[in-house]
Amino acid sequence: MSPGRYFRKVLRAVSRDKMKQGRRALRMDDRRYVATKHSCPSCGKPVDDGDLAVNLFVCPHCGHHYRISALERIKTLMDGGEISEFSADVQPVNPIDFPEYTEKLRQAQEKTGIDEAITTGVGRIEGRQAAFALMSFKFLGGSMGSVVGERLARAMLYAADQAMPCIIFTASGGARMQEGIFSLMQMAKTSHTAALLAEAGQPLIVVLTDPTTGGVTASFAMLGDITLAEPNALIGFAGPRVIEGTIRQKLPAGFQRAEFQKDKGFVDAVVPRSELRSTLAYLIDVHSRGGAKP
Amino acid sequence: MKAEELRSKLQELQELALRENIDIGADINRLADKLAGGDETAWRRVELARHQDRPTALQYIDLMSDRYLELHGDRTFGDDPALVGGIATIGGVHFTFLGHQKGHNMKENLHRNYGMAHPEGYRKALRLARQAERFRRPILTIIDTSGAFPGLASEERGIGEAIARNLREFSVLRTPIICVVVGEGGSGGALGIGVGDRVYMLENSVYSVISPEGFASILLRDAKKAQQAAGLMKMTAPDLKGFGIIDDIIPEPVGGAQSDHQQIAGRVRQTVLAAYQELARKRPDQLLRDRSARLLSLGRFTEKPVGRQSSLLSRLFGGGS
Ligand SMILES: [Zn+2]
Repeated sequence: MSPGRYFRKVLRAVSRDKMKQGRRALRMDDRRYVATKHSCPSCGKPVDDGDLAVNLFVCPHCGHHYRISALERIKTLMDGGEISEFSADVQPVNPIDFPEYTEKLRQAQEKTGIDEAITTGVGRIEGRQAAFALMSFKFLGGSMGSVVGERLARAMLYAADQAMPCIIFTASGGARMQEGIFSLMQMAKTSHTAALLAEAGQPLIVVLTDPTTGGVTASFAMLGDITLAEPNALIGFAGPRVIEGTIRQKLPAGFQRAEFQKDKGFVDAVVPRSELRSTLAYLIDVHSRGGAKP
Repeated sequence: MKAEELRSKLQELQELALRENIDIGADINRLADKLAGGDETAWRRVELARHQDRPTALQYIDLMSDRYLELHGDRTFGDDPALVGGIATIGGVHFTFLGHQKGHNMKENLHRNYGMAHPEGYRKALRLARQAERFRRPILTIIDTSGAFPGLASEERGIGEAIARNLREFSVLRTPIICVVVGEGGSGGALGIGVGDRVYMLENSVYSVISPEGFASILLRDAKKAQQAAGLMKMTAPDLKGFGIIDDIIPEPVGGAQSDHQQIAGRVRQTVLAAYQELARKRPDQLLRDRSARLLSLGRFTEKPVGRQSSLLSRLFGGGS
C-alpha cells in the first residue's frame, strides 16, 4: 500500500471520530458590542464599537484593520456567523512544569472568552464548505503550543479526508515558550500535515493577518498553495525589534508588512477584509472538483 | 567531606583531566551534575555546548568519513558558509551530509556568521536533500546553531518560508534521515535541518525553542537571568530524552567534546552507522509511515475521552510525547 493510501485510511478513521466527539456550534455573542466610543489606534479618530463590528472591524475613517479574534472572524466571515467546531476536547496541559503556566492559561481563558489561541471547525462561505483554523492573537499572543499544533493538524487531516480545502487565518507572535521544546516541535508537526494535505490533493489556503511572526511564519503559515494577507499585516520570522538589535539601525518604513512581502514574492495577494468572503468563495470554487462554477 | 568541598575537588579533577588529556572515568561529569543544582547543570551544559573548541560540523565529517566532498550553493541566490553540505562516505556508506558550520575563532566565525544561516543555506540543504533522495543516499544532519540569522537580508529573502519548506519536504523525503545535535540546537534554525527518522543529542548539547537569554528577557523580564532560564526551559539532552523527543544521548569524553575530537567523532560515527543499519532495513513506505507517526505524536495535551478510542487513534493522537 502506498503511504498516500495508508494515510487516507488512517485519516478517515481519525477525522470521523473527532467530528462526532468535539462538535459544537460556535457563534459570537453580540451583546459585547454596544455603542461606546474609542480612538482608532491608527488614525486616532473616534470610532463607535457597534459601528466597528458592522464594518468588519475596519476603521471607517482610515481603513485600519483591527486585530480580531477567532469569534469575531467567524461572525464577520462565515455564513450565519457560525462554524461547527471540532477538536474542542483538545485542551492544554503544562508539559514542562513551567511555573504559573496553568494559571496563565486559566486567566487568558477568562479574559478572552476563548479556550486557546486557535479555533477549528467546518464552516461555509457563500455556501461553500471548508475546514477552517482561526488564530486569536489576544490569547497569549496567539502563541503555538501543543493544542494549537494538534488542532491545526486535525483540521488539515480532516480537510484531506473530506476532500475540501483547509483555510487558515494566522495571527501569532510565534512559539508558546512556556511549553519549551514541545512548542518548537509543533512547527514540524503542522508542516508535516501540510505535506499530507498536499498529498491528498487538497489546497491549503493561508490568510496572514496582523501579526504573524516567529515559529508560525517558519511553518504552516508559509506553506499555503495560496497565500493571502490582510493590508498592512506584519509578517516575518524575526520580530522588528530583534532585527533592529542585530543591525543596530532603524528598519525602513513598511518593512515586513503585507505589501512588502507581496513585493518580495512571499504573498500572492493583499486582500482587504471587505473582499475576503468573495475571494475565498472563488478560491474554494476553483479548487473543487469540476472547477469553478459559472 | 562537605558537598561544597567535594564539588571543588571534582572541578579540579575535571580541569586537570582536560589539561593533561587523561581519562579519569566517565562518571565524574555525572557526579558533578548530581552535586550541582538543576539550573547550574543546565547552564554548564549551555556553556559547554557553545564551547569554541568543540568540533564543528566539517570536522565531524572529516573525522568520521573515509572521504568527503563539500557541495556549494542553492542554485538560486548563492552559497551560505553557515550551512554546509555535501557527500561523505562513512563506513562504506555514501551519505549526504548537512550541517550548521561555526568557527573556532573570530575570523572563522565572521566568515561562518557564527553558524547562523540565511535562507540560501536552508535552500541549499533542500537541494542536496532532494539529490540524496534521487540517488538513494541516506542523509546525516549535524545541528549546531544558536538560530537562523535574524537580519534584514535574511527576512527579505524569506527565512521563514525557507525553514517551513524544509520542514514539510524533509517530513516526506523517501530516504533515511539521521540528525545529531552536537552543540546548540537553537529554535527554528536548528529544526530547519532537524526533521528525521532518528534524532540524537550529544551529552552536553542543548535543544530549545529560544536561547536562554531570549527566554529570560521575554518570560523572566531580565536577560541576566539566562542561567535560571536554562534550568526552567528543560533544554538538556536528558530532558529531551525524558520527553521522548530524541532517541538517545551520545556520551561525551570527560570534560566535554572539545577535549577529545577523535573520540567524540568516533562515537557519533558508531551511533550514526548503527542507526543507518536499522533504517536501511525498512522499505521506503514503512520509513515514511514511521516518520509520520513520530511527527504526528509530537505535543502534550489532554483530551476528554468521549466515546471509545481505537488503539490506532490513541497511538497517533493520544497526547504522548
Ligand atoms: Zn482609523
